[in-house]
Amino acid sequence: MSGTMTTTDDFGSESSPPDSTAGGRPSIASVLIWTAVAAVGAIAWTVLALARGETVSALWILFAALCSYAIAYRFYARFITYKVLGADDRRATPAERLQNGVDFDVTDRRVLFGHHFAAIAGAGPLVGPVLAAQMGYLPGTIWIVVGVIFAGAVQDLTVLFFSMRRNGKSLGQMVREEIGIVGGIAALIAVFAIMIIILAVLALIVVNALAESPWGVFSIALTIPIALFMGVYLRRIRPGRVLEATGIGVGLLLLAIVGGGWVQDTGLGDALTLSKEWLVLALVIYGFVASILPVWLLLTPRDYLSTFMKVGVIVLLAIGLLIARPVLQADAITSFAREGNGPVFAGSLFPFVFITIACGALSGFHALIASGTTPKMVAKESQVRFIGYGGMLMESFVAISALIAACVIDQGLYFAMNSPAGLTGGTVESAATFVNGLGFGTTAQDLAAASAAVQEPSLISRTGGAPTLAIGISQIFSDAFGGGLQAFWYHFAIMFEALFILTAVDAGTRVGRFMLQDSIGNVWKRFGDLSWRPGNIIASAVVVGLWGSVLYIGVTDPLGGVNQLFPLFGIANQLLAAIALTLGTVLLIKHGKLRYAWVTAVPLVWDLVVTMTASYQKVFSDNPALGYFAQRQRYADALEAGTLLPPAQDADQMQQIVTNSTINGVLQSFFAVLVLVVVANAAIVIVRALRSREPLPTTEEPPTPSRLVEPSGLIPTAEEKRAIAEHERLVGAGAGSGPADGHR
Amino acid sequence: MTTGAVGSAGAVRTATVRAWRGLRWYVREFTGEARWDDYLQHCAQHGHAPMSRREFERRRADAVERTPVSRCC
Repeated sequence: MSGTMTTTDDFGSESSPPDSTAGGRPSIASVLIWTAVAAVGAIAWTVLALARGETVSALWILFAALCSYAIAYRFYARFITYKVLGADDRRATPAERLQNGVDFDVTDRRVLFGHHFAAIAGAGPLVGPVLAAQMGYLPGTIWIVVGVIFAGAVQDLTVLFFSMRRNGKSLGQMVREEIGIVGGIAALIAVFAIMIIILAVLALIVVNALAESPWGVFSIALTIPIALFMGVYLRRIRPGRVLEATGIGVGLLLLAIVGGGWVQDTGLGDALTLSKEWLVLALVIYGFVASILPVWLLLTPRDYLSTFMKVGVIVLLAIGLLIARPVLQADAITSFAREGNGPVFAGSLFPFVFITIACGALSGFHALIASGTTPKMVAKESQVRFIGYGGMLMESFVAISALIAACVIDQGLYFAMNSPAGLTGGTVESAATFVNGLGFGTTAQDLAAASAAVQEPSLISRTGGAPTLAIGISQIFSDAFGGGLQAFWYHFAIMFEALFILTAVDAGTRVGRFMLQDSIGNVWKRFGDLSWRPGNIIASAVVVGLWGSVLYIGVTDPLGGVNQLFPLFGIANQLLAAIALTLGTVLLIKHGKLRYAWVTAVPLVWDLVVTMTASYQKVFSDNPALGYFAQRQRYADALEAGTLLPPAQDADQMQQIVTNSTINGVLQSFFAVLVLVVVANAAIVIVRALRSREPLPTTEEPPTPSRLVEPSGLIPTAEEKRAIAEHERLVGAGAGSGPADGHR
Repeated sequence: MTTGAVGSAGAVRTATVRAWRGLRWYVREFTGEARWDDYLQHCAQHGHAPMSRREFERRRADAVERTPVSRCC
């Protein structure tokens, strides 16, 4: 692999976008439309920023976001795709060159967009914004929109592009080959460890949503037999009829939600009222079994269900918001943003809003997907803009919808639900007193009425974000669609969140198992053989055991697991983003594009400042509410002196807090150090690249001429349609190879 | 007037049919159900005798078994 074919001069005019505005003047219509979009966006932002005290419609947030996305996609994403990365549709993509119908497969851009979006969007964008709402709606809105435009979508786009130019290599592989062995090993460990934390925190959210909720447990438990039935249906009864099977599955799922309402009032209700500890055990066993069962039996059908539910709910939510036009109940910025003493999570606006909202603004985990299956299926290079950047904008939109849902519910209820049990005391009376003390009006009657409306035993300290989002969604849906079905919608929303969190958990366990088997396979060959049963079982057990223990720590934490672990999750996810953006910056410089390196370097520096400040505070802060070790010290001292500190109720809980704080602090430092190793290794490579007269070698594949003609974006331009027609005429009917009709 | 109404009703029907076909195409592509049709077409073009649908879907499922699918948070 000597040298690269892509010096700056190869690009420029030749790789310009193929539509009519390239090089020429934009049409009057285009100027008018984009001026109008900019004007609407500017008005929406102004309303949001200046509103103080008066009622503000939530739709302003929606408009501000959508207009900003449109402008970013039209101008910035295009600049990055063609100028910075140099996407060139004359080059064949790996899908075209290596087409084998299995992993390398030319896929219609719209279908691939769907696959990519289904892979990146999960519970993260739904949960983070809900928690961040404790600081008001404005900080979250600004970060989600600005973050996605300049950081999150840029990361997804560049990683997707660079991986595509390298036949779909993984993030870890690219770091090892392009940055160095040390950085590569650090990145590999970081990816694995971060995945464990992410799985644990996701599972924690499910546990918190299902604990003491017989309705929820019943409906979620039924998803397993429903999925098994679909699996058997697709394997034995009617092979391949996915739509049929999914239709039946979704029907059964809705029945399961309705049925949960009946079951909770029967004798079965008590049997299904599970404590958090039992749910942890159930999840761990489930994760282990799902990881070793054949995928067709459980994973694949669950994935169909969860994807259809996900898309369905997002579409419904967007429509519901437009019909219900709710008014924001949250303040623009609360005092917790300035003082950093919020009950939901500790820490001030900077850096903790930027940590709490990871998915939806900047999510490092996406780099694993953008360097996994997606790059092997892209038909044309320029489509990375639509799939990578566009896909992330869509996820950001989901995050904005979740933020709105959290900000339109009564804020007294919001804080009663999201503050840990140690603060609210767990009853409606004590919670009302606590929330009043925070300066929000509510009464014990209000709180009791809220839980009665959704038929839950209690909503006090239902932390984790999922129940709050479900309350918001149920309120918006019953306002928009009527019918007094709030309890149904609440459990519908819980079910849909739990469903795709569980899908992420079992898919993640499997990926973790593959990674572990692959890594250990380097030293112990047999273990790397994926068909060796004992290897599968041991690796699955290790992965499940790791996230299961973190989950158990979170669930039993007297201080509240979400409060303690969510920052760790957010920081971990964004540290992964730092690794991805570091790789992007190194590659831009290696490819001789120093003058464009700011595109990834600016979000990288921002991300490093945020994550390192947050890590520093979580490790070194002497405020026990913030710093893990200060917290450890405080409880250890009290334990030694023989006194009890709230919320601990006995010496065992004191000891537990000491242990948990130590573990969290150590993990936090460990992640930060791993990322710093990658960054340091990258800095050496950058200096070497800048000093070198010759461009440093990269592993980019040499260009091969492409024979495919396909549109770049969602809607083909007139010029693209002409080119496709021309191509079809030349290739003629019956050539048979490749999707000559523009969609296969 | 009548012809106009018929014309616009016809246009609405055409648009609905088009939208329905588009949606059906998309969902079948998205779920991979359309791969069987692609395969049959491929066999017809090359004069192969196609394997059974059961066998075909089994091979696809086995391929998925070997490649982990990531789902993000």
